[in-house]
Amino acid sequence: MLKILKYSFFDLIRSRWSYVYLAFYLLLGFVLLFLNNDLSKAVITLMNVIIILVPLIGTIFGVMYYYSSKEFTELLLAQPIKRSSIFIGQYLGVALSLVMSLVIGLGLPFILYGLFESAAIWDFSLLLVTGAMLTLIFTALAFNIALYNENKIKGFSYAILLWLFLAVIYDGLFLLSLILFEEYPLDKFTLIATVFNPIDLSRILILLKLDISALLGYTGAIFNQFFGTSLGLISALGMLTLWVILPVWNIKSKAQKKDF
Amino acid sequence: MIKIENLHKKYGKNKILTGVDLEIPEKGIFAILGPNGSGKTTMIKSILGMVVPEKGKVFINGKETHPNGLYRKNLDYLPQIANFPGNLGVKELIKMIKDLRGTKANEDELIELFGLQGYLDKKLNNLSGGTKQKVNLVLAFMFDSPIIILDEPTSGLDPVAMLNLKRLIAKEKAKGKTILVTSHIMSFVEEISDEIVFLLEGKIYFKGSIQELREKTGEIDLEHAIAHILTENNA
Ligand SMILES: Nc1ncnc2c1ncn2[C@@H]1O[C@H](COP(=O)(O)OP(=O)(O)O)[C@@H](O)[C@H]1O
Ligand SMILES: [Mg+2]
Repeated sequence: MLKILKYSFFDLIRSRWSYVYLAFYLLLGFVLLFLNNDLSKAVITLMNVIIILVPLIGTIFGVMYYYSSKEFTELLLAQPIKRSSIFIGQYLGVALSLVMSLVIGLGLPFILYGLFESAAIWDFSLLLVTGAMLTLIFTALAFNIALYNENKIKGFSYAILLWLFLAVIYDGLFLLSLILFEEYPLDKFTLIATVFNPIDLSRILILLKLDISALLGYTGAIFNQFFGTSLGLISALGMLTLWVILPVWNIKSKAQKKDF
Repeated sequence: MIKIENLHKKYGKNKILTGVDLEIPEKGIFAILGPNGSGKTTMIKSILGMVVPEKGKVFINGKETHPNGLYRKNLDYLPQIANFPGNLGVKELIKMIKDLRGTKANEDELIELFGLQGYLDKKLNNLSGGTKQKVNLVLAFMFDSPIIILDEPTSGLDPVAMLNLKRLIAKEKAKGKTILVTSHIMSFVEEISDEIVFLLEGKIYFKGSIQELREKTGEIDLEHAIAHILTENNA
């Protein structure tokens, strides 16, 4: 598996898009720090960008890599290599190269700005961890979609729709249901709705850590109330981990049953 | 030795193999014949574990094949369609496959045999179909495995390459290997194979020597014998 990971990883970091992605984060980091002139404020703005953008990039790179490496995959399938090694290796190759761009791209400007002497270092680290988790989650979801869809256009559309749903539509539907079912107790419903959306989970995770109740919103407040801050942090992180494990496990099991 | 037991495979509702039983003894060249879409490639891919059958077992050298596919280290395979990562160079590709397989290979000899020296640094995207097929052949023959499976090895080859391929196959046979081959070129099949298997409507319709097929159908050459079987089954 490590060999496959290595080939996919280097294949990707040689590609133009990885540099574009890296350059984007470098630019974003510097611009935010320049505009905010304050590390903690920059972290909050960054959060809002990361929880929307990182899933989108993970989704796009995930499907794109799966389809464009079809030939490579076919070649590997005829070799004495386990299927799980082939697909998990490729998945990790994509996800880790994206995580690397994220960490270097954002880390560099913040370090230059004096992150290590700042109190914001833990908040910032959590932000990067969350970004990494979201990358792992959405790349895995994208791989799943691609595995189920031979047709590239279809796979690509479903992946984008999934992102759109979780990043934008989900919150809208959620708010709508809060208004519609006003008179019912909605705590449990809210809690469950949050767990089923990794983007919401990430937002709450970071806001709990930043301890800004004004920004938590309804879902965050419920979450906070139910778990308390530290347990809330741990459970949100745990659920995000589950969001990584389940799709990766499904990549493995679907790949085992597929004809090539 | 390869043994297939009661192999069933369908894609969706489309039943391709409906109970294939086949035993291929060690040493020699076995041709799998059958009309287009009769499931030759599907059968080969089932042996390799690239296609997952609904039912049936495959044994290689007496041992049932494991889903982890590690038994493929005893198999060399030439896919019907030479699909390669287009942005790689020929040399890079060969090196990568060698590295992944982790065994030694005699690619230089084969590169020379097929006259590929001038293409080593070219990207696979920029090669003609025939040249790609030669690269495909190098990849299939460069490891010294006891079993070789060739799916349409002749496609796109010029006469010189075709002659070289025949020599290569004869050489491997002389080493005592088992070679499984499909082809639409009947003169090629007639020339090289020791035994043929005819796949029809999801089952093995005939297995035996070319001589036996001639006697069974009363036709002199292989092409007519095959045509005979097909028209008889349509009537
Ligand atoms: N992955 C697949 N999905 C659906 N149908 C397939 C797939 N692979 C092959 N087929 C169909 O199965 C039939 C047998 O194909 P194949 O084994 O390639 O035949 P042959 O090699 O004898 O020409 C064909 O009708 C083909 O269209
Ligand atoms: Mg075929």
